[in-house]
Amino acid sequence: MGKKVLMKGNEAIGEAAIRAGCLNYFAYPITPQSEVAEYLSRRMPEVGGVFVQGESEVAVSYMLFGAAGCGERVFTTSSSPGISLMSEGISYVAGAQCPVVFVNIIRGGPGLGGILPSQGDYFQATKGGGHGDYRMLVMAPASVQEAVEMVMMAFPLAEKYRNPIMLLGDGLIGQMMEPVEFPDHLRTEPTNKDAWATNGMDTRKSSKPNIVKSLYLDPKQLNDHNLLLKSKYEQMKREEIRYEPYNTDSDYKVLIVSYGTMSRVCRTAIDNMKAEGFEVGMVRPQTLFPFPEKAVHDAAVKESCKVVISIEMSMGQMVEDVDRCVKGKRPVEWYGKCGGDVPTPEEVMGVVKALI
Amino acid sequence: MQSEVMFAGFGGQGILMSGKILAHAALTKGFEVAWIPSYGPEMRGGTAYCTVVISDRPIGSPIIKNPMHLVAMNRPSLEKFAHVVKPEGVILINSSLCSVTSGRSDIDELIVPVSDIAIELGTVKAANIVALGAFVTRSKIIDYELLKEAVKEEFAAKEKLIPLEMEALERGKKAALQ
Repeated sequence: MGKKVLMKGNEAIGEAAIRAGCLNYFAYPITPQSEVAEYLSRRMPEVGGVFVQGESEVAVSYMLFGAAGCGERVFTTSSSPGISLMSEGISYVAGAQCPVVFVNIIRGGPGLGGILPSQGDYFQATKGGGHGDYRMLVMAPASVQEAVEMVMMAFPLAEKYRNPIMLLGDGLIGQMMEPVEFPDHLRTEPTNKDAWATNGMDTRKSSKPNIVKSLYLDPKQLNDHNLLLKSKYEQMKREEIRYEPYNTDSDYKVLIVSYGTMSRVCRTAIDNMKAEGFEVGMVRPQTLFPFPEKAVHDAAVKESCKVVISIEMSMGQMVEDVDRCVKGKRPVEWYGKCGGDVPTPEEVMGVVKALI
Repeated sequence: MQSEVMFAGFGGQGILMSGKILAHAALTKGFEVAWIPSYGPEMRGGTAYCTVVISDRPIGSPIIKNPMHLVAMNRPSLEKFAHVVKPEGVILINSSLCSVTSGRSDIDELIVPVSDIAIELGTVKAANIVALGAFVTRSKIIDYELLKEAVKEEFAAKEKLIPLEMEALERGKKAALQ
């Protein structure tokens, strides 16, 4: 690893994509992630890459589709309303099995909402957003360093599954500066694009023509296609679940499930309560799809645990997944706040203590 | 051990840069740091502020409602944030632009005409560096020499400004020791 540098989340995400070997960036500015575009508009030409500002997010999503269909590593960044506009394209990208990395630095909603941190796009990212039966692999960083690591993981994963990957951060992850280290060497796996990309017959060994499409008019063919997509999502559930337990060795009475910025606030609250002799555990999903179902279930049914609470900067979205995993074996509660008013550790402590 | 500093003032006073320099200085000493800016509507015409968290262990919540210290570069900032500072913290008041005090007796109040000092040095733009020199000297949050290095690094691309910025730091330091 190189030297630690102080970097804004948005800029670090841009640099991480370059270090991951992605030289194509298409985007449209929106607060609170515009610094990615600002950074890459300077940096991409330095490394021989391309930055094109689209005329809208809809256009951007099809620039991504086109470039990915040609086997190019490609990514974009946006924030909530921009991701809504891209969602049509995301569905096409998923249907046509193209590897594209999307970064959503969430702001408050619905509609224009606000520009402060939020986690209100959990459903949009994990349950769809665009139409049709598709899933994205969704990763949620809790620090600038983790955002860098996840961006670097995202490209090989997108290629492994030929599927869109989303990095779901919030305004704070984008705006905050923290020390980061970039790997000295790229750790990207070789791309499998010869098998599917429409990058010209003269560029590959095989004589099989490739076709990139999402249209299947024959019902049996479309069903088979949907089954193939489903098998990829099932493989993600087997191979890609990531999470971090916190204080789960203790005999905790309450289990928190929390991700991203919110999980850091919860971590401080857990430390403070531990000092007071009140044990609380946490499971922090790092992948939101696939969700760490077994980890949440197993942590919830520990004998000492009386109640589970999902704490999120939304009005109760992840709590539905938590509830699903706990299967009624413990009460599942929710606490959250929106609008950018991130709950403080003290507020979390008050809410958690009131459960017992 | 964790401490937090809030820098607050008008947009254009170098608030965000002051925080970044302090965070950078602490990072070179091996501390965990986080720099959290205000990027909401307040940056469009009200007080701009940022918070720097310095810790010897991984930083949990980056949301700090009660910082240890405050550097208030104008009056609205002092009025908005003086009451949230933890007892025994340092509150630096830029008396060039703020004629009132914090009204608190449980904190260490440091009153320095940082803008006037900067103007004496030739440019009001150096006010944030004067404030940094004074604040770091009084709070001892990091070693003053580390701060000097961090300022030099920040201005590495504008080398001819470095002597002025070093003088600004020294004047701030002197004011804090008076």
